[in-house]
Amino acid sequence: MEKFVKLTSNAVPLAIENIDTDQIIPARFLKSTDREGFGKNLFRDWRYDKDDKPKSDFNLNNNKYSGSILVAGDNFGCGSSREHAAWAIKDYGFKVVVSSFFADIFKGNALNNGILPIQLDAEKLKLILELIEKEPKTNIEIELEEQVIEVKSLNIKESFYIDAYKKTCLLNGYDDIDFLVNIRKEIEEFEKNTYI
Amino acid sequence: MENKTLFDKVWDSHIVKSINGSSQVLYIDKHLIHEVTSPQAFSELKSRGINLFRKDKIVATADHNTPTINQHLPIKDAMSRNQLDQLTKNCKENDIELYGLGHKYNGIIHVIAPELGITQPGMTMVCGDSHTSTHGAFGSIAFGIGTSQVAQVFASQCIITEKPKSMRISVNGKLANGVSPKDVILYIISKLGTNSGTGYFAEYTGNVFENMSMEGRMTVCNMSIEMGARGGIIAPDNKTYDYIKGREFAPKGKELDDKIKYWETLETDEKAVFDKEYSFDASDIEPMITYGTNPGMGIKITDSIPNIDNTSFHKSLEYMGFNAGESLINKQINYVFIGSCTNSRIEDFRIVAKYIKGKQKADNINALIVPGSHKVAKQIKDEGLQDIFEMAGFELRQPGCSACLAMNDDKIPKNEYCVSTSNRNFEGRQGQGARTLLASPLVAASVAIEGKIIDITKTIL
Ligand code: SF4
Repeated sequence: MEKFVKLTSNAVPLAIENIDTDQIIPARFLKSTDREGFGKNLFRDWRYDKDDKPKSDFNLNNNKYSGSILVAGDNFGCGSSREHAAWAIKDYGFKVVVSSFFADIFKGNALNNGILPIQLDAEKLKLILELIEKEPKTNIEIELEEQVIEVKSLNIKESFYIDAYKKTCLLNGYDDIDFLVNIRKEIEEFEKNTYI
Repeated sequence: MENKTLFDKVWDSHIVKSINGSSQVLYIDKHLIHEVTSPQAFSELKSRGINLFRKDKIVATADHNTPTINQHLPIKDAMSRNQLDQLTKNCKENDIELYGLGHKYNGIIHVIAPELGITQPGMTMVCGDSHTSTHGAFGSIAFGIGTSQVAQVFASQCIITEKPKSMRISVNGKLANGVSPKDVILYIISKLGTNSGTGYFAEYTGNVFENMSMEGRMTVCNMSIEMGARGGIIAPDNKTYDYIKGREFAPKGKELDDKIKYWETLETDEKAVFDKEYSFDASDIEPMITYGTNPGMGIKITDSIPNIDNTSFHKSLEYMGFNAGESLINKQINYVFIGSCTNSRIEDFRIVAKYIKGKQKADNINALIVPGSHKVAKQIKDEGLQDIFEMAGFELRQPGCSACLAMNDDKIPKNEYCVSTSNRNFEGRQGQGARTLLASPLVAASVAIEGKIIDITKTIL
């Protein structure tokens, strides 16, 4: 997994609530057996019309927005457990998703792919969304060690929560498999005590 | 006396160790896999040279991509075929039990594991599929995971996770005629919203759930994820044990007796405290239907669509082609889908058959009936339901996920309305541009007969 330490970037606003994983990556694109290449179908049916032409009113198609941070409405990533949603977001180039609320499975999937989900309170999120829409070149700064997200032009400097173990993983680029394989002995002990 | 919830009891007994922060290593008793979310996990293991840790705790099936006609022929869609071939190859290489296409145990993973006696109280179960919550109906902790976690379970039979908070939802009283478990859960989600359960595991209690069949409890737990909860759980009782007894992989003889003794301890202690509690009165619940693009957007079938001043709400109504304040009664519908892991068990089809017996579907209706498994399909035949369906003009297909997520050929056309017994009405879920209205099997059957939405409470009294 890639390391995540800090990031300063513009952001793409998507002020829609309850964005479910079927919108992030529709089911018909789940037939691939690889992890790569999902970015081109990220938000497919919002991004393209039925003739595969980009819809001009969708923010990902709007040149004025750029950057590797996605700022989205409340309850982002609800619905299915498909990790393809996280793969699509990462493959497209986003490294951080900011929202006022994340669905559990999506949050886990994001962290397992080196994407940082940052939860802010609804008021702050609204301010940031409005600002980016007005000033697309707004910089957002994120510092994982300190767990801080900062938008200087709004005077916003907020700390965010991340589980300590997950933080270590992200900072160092570790993933859970290494950890678990290393404790196989302990797992076997657990099985002996519980199941025999 | 301890003050533990049912959830605490099962969870705490599966903790291998705690690590820094609030993360814990949780041992998994059963790992269910299917063709869509497993291939990348197998390749990850392979590329890192890690062997599978406990193959005998894995059960595999093919369900999402499978066609529902001519299952004996090669699958036409090359990518679907490839995904199924990959699953077969991966299971073979790793010596995993696979109930693939054509196998007598094949079907939707959340239908087959309970009906084969694989799902049992007190277990921890995971699957790369959010509706794994279904299995909580047996008093097990069951939840969906992503593909990276599927790889973790392959590698260690464990996952690393934070312990969810606990919530209790009680429903007491008597359900009116025509109100089914699907209405109960659609009602709860409409009251609590799609993110009320996020970060929580929900226990359902009260006499409504006690009186419910195991099939009904599965319908309720299945949709726990639609309010954001990782899963739902219902304390096991005699009904649970009776359901499990005699099934293919159920414990037998002395082993069963011992297990039941343990299962009987699986209930929430009287003094246990939940992080959140809700309670509802059964008499407030009526047959439900959804009008929007998330499962929380549900109303009593006789109510009007509300008016909420919010862009996401209006976007949703625009997609559905509905107006705020409108009633859905008499709305013409051309598609009905009865199936999915929410409502494709034999009890669901018995209810549908009872309602449609001697009637004909409306001319404008395409009615698709898709059993959850081959076993259910066989029961449909053996009990004579097949004749009822066929005589009424319904199309009975072979088992699978089908139009629930439209990964195979079973798609609802753009802009068409479909009254569906599945669990998600997201934009495009049943096909690009398709408009889904979630409802119970009984409501779906009534729509198929009338060709439009009717007030079912008037016709079944
Ligand atoms: S029936 Fe639908 S919800 Fe259930 S497992 Fe299949 S696709 Fe998922």
